[in-house]
Amino acid sequence: MGQVISIQPVTRIEGQARIDIHLDDAGQVADARLLIDALRGFEQFVIGRPAEEIPRIVSRICGICPWMHHLAAAKAIDGCFAVTPPLAGQLLRELCHVLAHIHDKILHFFFLAAPDFIFGPSSDYSVRSIMGLVHRHPDLAAEVVRMRQLGLAMLERIAGKATHPVAAVVGGFAKPMTGQERQSLQADGRILLDFACRALNYAKQKVFVRLADEEAALGAITTGFLGTVDDQGSLRFYQGQLRLMRHDGSTVDFAAVEYNRYLAEWAEPWSTAKMIYARAWDEFFSLDLEAPRGVYRVNTLARINVCDRIATPLAQAELEAFRARFGRPAQGMLLAHWARLIELVYACERVLELLADERIIEPMVRTPAEPQAGRGVGQVEAPRGTLIHDFTTDNNGCIVRANLIVGTTHNIASMNMSVRRAAATLIAEGQVDAVLLNRIEMAVRAYDP
Amino acid sequence: MSGVALPRLCCEWLHGCSGCEVALLNGGDLFLGLLEQVDIVHFPLLMDHKCPDGPEGNPSLPRAEIGLVSGGVASKAQLEVLRTMRDRCRILVAFGTCASHGGIPALRNQWTTEQALSTVFHGDDCEYSSESESKGWLDRIYAIDEWVEVDLLLPGCPPRPETIVEVVAALAAGQQPQLTEKSVCEHCPTVRTGSGRMTVRRFLANADYEPEEPMDSMRCLFEQGLLCMGPVTVGGCGGREMPLCIRARVPCRGCYGPVRRQGNQLLDLLNILASKGIDHRAIVDRISLLRFSGAHGLLKPNIQG
Repeated sequence: MGQVISIQPVTRIEGQARIDIHLDDAGQVADARLLIDALRGFEQFVIGRPAEEIPRIVSRICGICPWMHHLAAAKAIDGCFAVTPPLAGQLLRELCHVLAHIHDKILHFFFLAAPDFIFGPSSDYSVRSIMGLVHRHPDLAAEVVRMRQLGLAMLERIAGKATHPVAAVVGGFAKPMTGQERQSLQADGRILLDFACRALNYAKQKVFVRLADEEAALGAITTGFLGTVDDQGSLRFYQGQLRLMRHDGSTVDFAAVEYNRYLAEWAEPWSTAKMIYARAWDEFFSLDLEAPRGVYRVNTLARINVCDRIATPLAQAELEAFRARFGRPAQGMLLAHWARLIELVYACERVLELLADERIIEPMVRTPAEPQAGRGVGQVEAPRGTLIHDFTTDNNGCIVRANLIVGTTHNIASMNMSVRRAAATLIAEGQVDAVLLNRIEMAVRAYDP
Repeated sequence: MSGVALPRLCCEWLHGCSGCEVALLNGGDLFLGLLEQVDIVHFPLLMDHKCPDGPEGNPSLPRAEIGLVSGGVASKAQLEVLRTMRDRCRILVAFGTCASHGGIPALRNQWTTEQALSTVFHGDDCEYSSESESKGWLDRIYAIDEWVEVDLLLPGCPPRPETIVEVVAALAAGQQPQLTEKSVCEHCPTVRTGSGRMTVRRFLANADYEPEEPMDSMRCLFEQGLLCMGPVTVGGCGGREMPLCIRARVPCRGCYGPVRRQGNQLLDLLNILASKGIDHRAIVDRISLLRFSGAHGLLKPNIQG
């Protein structure tokens, strides 16, 4: 019997996980697994609840992306009750969704991921954090903290409660936006866009210059990708069809309601988290590093890969430069960070686009709903990837069945491949140290699980 | 990084959602200010301090003056973390509603752990399941004070950022934090007349209000006939300002837990309905009046609402 090396807990990720690396007698990596214990039971305990209450219950699946769950559920319950929100209600929902992407991306990039690159993976752990950034680069840290707070303050202005929100309701939105609010939001949105552009330039100079070396240290995996696009093939966060891309770049588009035909769930005996594979490829499922089957990635890099274009000018220019350099689909694990900042620029541009639409301040924001039996599938792109909520109601409009596929679940398979690849590339003859183990964690951090 | 040792702060999360941790970061400048008042020695979301299992099987957490624990207790591993936190921290704070009262995850207490596992893993969309996943789960979700002595409850889903910072700063300075003991209603500016509709309806259409008018011109949502948990829920969600859900013109669902620590939000609300002569059978799914406070044995399998 060999030895098991554990990384416990995996840190600077937005949830709880551990990594177990299994070494054989010769000290070579026999296996490496990312373990996430996550029996939350939401599919169970939403049963029997009045469906209109679900958006403000399932938000608690994740305190970092509550808006994503809130909105996916609101869209799904609209479907159950066969109600269509007025346009202003839809615009307000998308505005909140895109704003929620902004503070999340700032959090992930600067608070969680960037310290590995700014200070280097071999720096001391007491420095390699947002607290280290505050001490070493106080101006940068202060701006990052304030920009996050600005995004959250904008959300509070629109929706009252920014974390575990309540303003998206079946049939639309709970309160209209006033003209005055719109003006103040436009001013703040411009500040965020300016910051996003500077953040990307900063990252290119100080962070991404290290990507190639770090990428080489971790090794490579090859997978497919899943994301959301509109009928023009443009990147979308809130509304659109799903696009599944094979590693060779070929794609198939489908409506979220058909997800069961294209994707399938799978539970490995050793994992408490379910995995998902691409049923549409008809090759079943394997995590074999050299010949994976059915494995795709979601999240920033996936979205940047599957879209044909981005419909806002600054992000489109960044996409073109990215693609010219890394190809399509780009496979590097750490490129998810770069894609994240391109998406940050897109999100800020999209906020201004939505606020420029006069109809966003129309007073009619909600269509009254009647409880009824039905099924609804709500899908959005969360920061962590494609999010699908699928609910069925009874005649009284209460939940009888729920299935939830969250962003990280799609990525469990590919994260396990990344961890195993990184461990196998980095570990020779059983030799590990803190720096090496942190590098393995960097392979996980890129996914923002 | 001055020469004077700051009080140490240790943060752990159990069966929660990370929302409490994010709320602390949402303090912005207040969070930056707090970094000058405490020395964060362990905080898995933000820093790479590891806690592998020690020789006795419990995690190797550092000693600290102040410990924040978010989330309820769902597994044996989480219980070990909690007990170790209690052992290593001089002052232990239940950080957020899950740690204080169970929170949304404790809705699962209406089912057994086995039932929940079966529903999640054996659903008709999942092709294969294993038996091994049920190891290590407790029979239900617990609030942390069901297992260890807790010095302070800091409820909220999530707690208000400035309140978190004030509480930690007060504890760091050796003071007793001041938290409101008033209900959400006592923080709510909407107009109450004492009369109102004699029914409770589902929230399927928006409340009646003028968007351009200030909040103190809106009629109380309860009096508009909407179920609102404000009367039986402790306030503080809006800090010194009005409650957050009310700002969205949406009724309260009780996310800060009961007004009194031992209170029962379900019984308290049913009493209020009775005193107003409102038929409680109008409420669909009455049991989920304990939506945020189902720990302490209040939610059990097979109780019908």
